[in-house]
Amino acid sequence: MENTKLTARDFAPSQPVKWCPGCGDFAILAQVHKTMAAMGLPHEKYVVVSGIGCSSRFPYYVNTYGVHSIHGRAPAVASGIKLSNPELSVWVVTGDGDGLSIGGNHMLHAIRRNIGLKILLFNNRIYAMTKGQASPTTQLGTKTKTTPMGTIDYPFNPARFAIGLDCTFVARGLDTDMALTSRILERAAGHKGTAFVEIFQKCLPFSEKEFDDLKDPQKKDDLTIKVEHGKPLIFGKNRNKGIVFRNFRSEIVEFEAGSIPAEVAVYDETNAEMAYLISGFQAPEFPIPFGVFRASEKPSYEELYYNQVAAVGDTKGNELETLLSGPDAWEVK
Amino acid sequence: MNKSPSKKEVKISELNSITIRFAGDSGDGIQLVGHQFANATAIAGNDLSTLPDYPSEVRSPAGSLGGVSGFQISFGDESVKTPGTKPNVLIVMNPAALAVNIKNVDKGSVIIANSDAFNQGALEKAGYSSNPLEDGTLANYRVLPVPVNTLTENTLKDSGLTRSQILKCKNFYMLGIMYWMYGLPLEPTVNWIKIKFKKTPELAKANQLVLAAGSAYSEATEMFDARFQIKKSPVAPGNYRNLTGNEAAAYALITAAKLLKRKLFYGSYPITPATEILQTLAKHRANDVVVFQTEDEIAAICASIGASFAGCLAATGTSGPGLSLKTEAMGLAVITELPLVIVNVQRGGPSTGLPTKTEQSDLLQSVYGRHGESPLVVLAASSPADCFTTTLEAARIAVKYMTPVIVLSNAYLSNGSEPFRIPKLKELPKFDVPRLPEPGQFKPYMRNPETLARPWAYAGLKGYEHRIGGLEKSDGDGAVSHDPENHELMSKLRAEKIARVAADIPPTKVYGALEGDLLVVGWGSTFGAITQAVNEARRTGLQVSSAHVKYMNPLPPDLGTVMRRFRKILVPEENFGQFRMMLRAAYALEPIGLNKVQGQALNSDEILVKIKEILRGS
Repeated sequence: MENTKLTARDFAPSQPVKWCPGCGDFAILAQVHKTMAAMGLPHEKYVVVSGIGCSSRFPYYVNTYGVHSIHGRAPAVASGIKLSNPELSVWVVTGDGDGLSIGGNHMLHAIRRNIGLKILLFNNRIYAMTKGQASPTTQLGTKTKTTPMGTIDYPFNPARFAIGLDCTFVARGLDTDMALTSRILERAAGHKGTAFVEIFQKCLPFSEKEFDDLKDPQKKDDLTIKVEHGKPLIFGKNRNKGIVFRNFRSEIVEFEAGSIPAEVAVYDETNAEMAYLISGFQAPEFPIPFGVFRASEKPSYEELYYNQVAAVGDTKGNELETLLSGPDAWEVK
Repeated sequence: MNKSPSKKEVKISELNSITIRFAGDSGDGIQLVGHQFANATAIAGNDLSTLPDYPSEVRSPAGSLGGVSGFQISFGDESVKTPGTKPNVLIVMNPAALAVNIKNVDKGSVIIANSDAFNQGALEKAGYSSNPLEDGTLANYRVLPVPVNTLTENTLKDSGLTRSQILKCKNFYMLGIMYWMYGLPLEPTVNWIKIKFKKTPELAKANQLVLAAGSAYSEATEMFDARFQIKKSPVAPGNYRNLTGNEAAAYALITAAKLLKRKLFYGSYPITPATEILQTLAKHRANDVVVFQTEDEIAAICASIGASFAGCLAATGTSGPGLSLKTEAMGLAVITELPLVIVNVQRGGPSTGLPTKTEQSDLLQSVYGRHGESPLVVLAASSPADCFTTTLEAARIAVKYMTPVIVLSNAYLSNGSEPFRIPKLKELPKFDVPRLPEPGQFKPYMRNPETLARPWAYAGLKGYEHRIGGLEKSDGDGAVSHDPENHELMSKLRAEKIARVAADIPPTKVYGALEGDLLVVGWGSTFGAITQAVNEARRTGLQVSSAHVKYMNPLPPDLGTVMRRFRKILVPEENFGQFRMMLRAAYALEPIGLNKVQGQALNSDEILVKIKEILRGS
């Protein structure tokens, strides 16, 4: 392998990127270019696979191998690629509608198998490409073109969906927080099994105000919490609030800044139960969590598959005629 | 086995062929004995054709009419082309099996019945008010009652097995009787038993004892006054194996991948009657075969498309309803121009229809069933062993032309079996992988001037990074394009590419005279029945020929010329005239249809009757 180090620029497309000006997708795209360069694999080892929707134009904007497939089916296409050639770093880019509505079944089975895909789910809580209908993550009561009286479908919480399925890597990022998104993508890139990353991303034309509070410098510190392995769960403008788990319930405690009480939980990303509790946090009762919720080791699907093959023993060298004959052939002279 | 002199002179009659039907409860092991019997006849040098016929319910109540499982086999010399219409010998393990099958057995035929199973309860379940073996209703048949339960129990009384274990062996007793009757060797089945029951030697021993006892009983008893010697089929020398259509398709896929020197990827979701392809391939994982059992039909084809993009020879298999689900993804395979083999084992439809029964009614779905201008190649297999040839051909075309190819099989072919001559490596077709240009010259949608195939640059290959997808691409460079002229050009190129496959189609073979009164044109699984009917008709002096079509899209370039040499065309098919419609559209001809939509294969008698009707009326 040549030792030329690739940069983010090497992954940039030769074609113009066609998203609405100001779309959060641009920032995520830039982070993905950067992450791929940092991963250190040669160009040809990356494949980006998508379904349908704004985010799903992604493969055209990464200078690697890519498949822009059909609505909801990216995890299935990507699974076929990964299982065919486990050496490839396979990335799935999908949206809340694509990945959790029409593609819900494939998403849940990809996670169940722990197949080595990096799944980036851009959550703007709306169908953007079809111009503003309710999606599976549209918040209850939201008025959209298809729900003029407000949605009555309870929304999915994508990160919690993945944690509920025992996904081995689950994180949540925010399009405007580059440092956070960058850290998450870097870790997802190095994860062995399925990495599921939900990224809040606002859609300028159709869900413009969706995450405004989470980005407002005045409000964001009280409305959000960053979880980090081994660090206490504290938040607030003055870093004076913490999360306590009592009797399997989460509670918020306030304290004097600088003196964190012992009862405040120290986050453990290998603890599935803690990840599940955190992922359920809803505003305004609790701060919205960001960061890596879950990171655990489990053999990946492709690893188990090829281990089985290795255990059977290599019969590749067998003559085709021997293979076709099987055990019960007879000869006619 | 047959050393002791018989007490009575047994007459040995020589026959060209015979049709036997085993029938019993679905728990009686009918398919198993049928399969063993088929292997034994094949090893004895007969040509054969089989038809398993089992209920779609997993397990109907024991002894009920709905739970009857059947296995029909026709074996003999080279005249055997189908599993036969009506059995000459019906073997029934219980009254329900008799009740279900008797209407299809001609008077004078032989019925061998397990008389022990004809008790009060079983007779009532089968709807009999008295015992048909005793009340004279079968007076016009040659009924041979054999107390199989009692005889099996006597054979195994010292085996230490439980009564229920002992009774499970009774099917081998019946099999032993049949082996004696037709002078077939026990060894292949004995060898099979030894492998099958390796972990339970007591059961292996019991089954062998029972099999031998059945044969010895026939030798000793005076009830069988005749044995039959079935004429052998003059077959080409070589190694043979008995394969079902599904097994043949599976082995063809492995063979194709080997010839291509690529991994095979098979993505599939279990569906009757295609599942056996998935199961067969699952055994061969260590042979560079990647088998992926997916969450649904859509995932199956999508994963296979992904695998094809990653450089594997990719295939997926399904049956009608599954093909419907795969439809959108087939469009993706068409526009991305990736090689993909799609095996559709047709069954009765629509919807769940008749899941275990055969039909030929997915032809139009296969040829036309996608949105947009979305042409792909469709081939149809004509016999169980031909599923090998056809699937291999599908893979060759898929790779050469960079296109999805549908292989049409059906329940009749997939479950039926016949001897398959194992090909030598050098007899197999060449696989031409489109040569890749140098990376600097590469464009994803550049085309081979002869075949119009685009280059198969696959993920992982240095220097050929590119993006493909469902959006229309511009000619050559493959950038997303909404240009109206480009879309029409690309649509034409994709259609022209498929049309050029016609260059690979061999001349249409006509059986019989090249011109005349009537040409019977068939496709797919009706091959055997048509051939048999046409042979029969010609024997009686009728001017009739036949031609069989494997290439359903594109159609053979000479087919129109071939058909126009005949005054009339008959198209027998197991649908309401789908191929007939295609022929009318392509050649402006008016063929006559013979159509059957009963979940049953057209048989040669039905075709013969139609041939006579047409020729007498003309």
